[in-house]
Amino acid sequence: MLEMAIFSILAVVAVTAGIAVIAQRNVVHSALFLLVHFCCLAGLYILLNAQFLAMTQLIVYAGAVVVLFLFVVMLLGLERARELPDPRRYQWIVGSLLGMLWVAALIWALFPQAAQTAPALTRSDNVRQIGAALLTDFAIPFELTALVLLVAVIGSLVLAKKKLEG
Amino acid sequence: MIPASYYLILSAVLFTIGAVGLLIRRNALVILMSIEMMLNAANLTLVTYSRFLENIDGQVFALLVMAVAAAEVAVGLAIIVSFVRHRDTTDLDEINLLKG
Repeated sequence: MLEMAIFSILAVVAVTAGIAVIAQRNVVHSALFLLVHFCCLAGLYILLNAQFLAMTQLIVYAGAVVVLFLFVVMLLGLERARELPDPRRYQWIVGSLLGMLWVAALIWALFPQAAQTAPALTRSDNVRQIGAALLTDFAIPFELTALVLLVAVIGSLVLAKKKLEG
Repeated sequence: MIPASYYLILSAVLFTIGAVGLLIRRNALVILMSIEMMLNAANLTLVTYSRFLENIDGQVFALLVMAVAAAEVAVGLAIIVSFVRHRDTTDLDEINLLKG
């Protein structure tokens, strides 16, 4: 009962914050609603018994990604930039209709799953299990992640640096 | 106990919000945020199945998705920064140099 109440609150706040992200005109407000959205997802991960992932979500998304967004917005002074009135005014109506169609199709596809219930919780050594899986079955993808991050660091430095004189 | 379908439907709704944001907004920053929301919705599905099938692999996948998403945000924001230096806007309609 309590679990259901927490789930409902987190779900409603996550959906509301998600809609606010795409509805806000001001980019700073969008980024702050994105922070709320990420925190709600971290709460849902804890409900799903994925404690390590919940903390990673908070550190990576709420800590790093949102701060990176805010840094870029404020460094470039984009918070005052307003979107001009859209020349294609029907775009958001068509987009919303397509979205409703899409979500209806997804829910219809998921409906046969409705009766599935979770198995009882066993030992709660989430971190140990993830660590063991990362260093045995997923060792190669795990190492490749380091390569992806290195390439991303170098790539973003090269892209964002100013042209040198001469 | 919350059925799996509740989580899956919530994940579908969150993914759709991200997709609609991608369709209707023209601000490059908001579009990057929409992509992040879609990746998060996919993560929620992975973690849900990890819980309901009692298999840790879903959480490992979600962890790898997070690493890729962080890299993607860094590169995407670098592209936006270098674009703003050229044109002083984040409007995607202004990115038309290759349009002929």
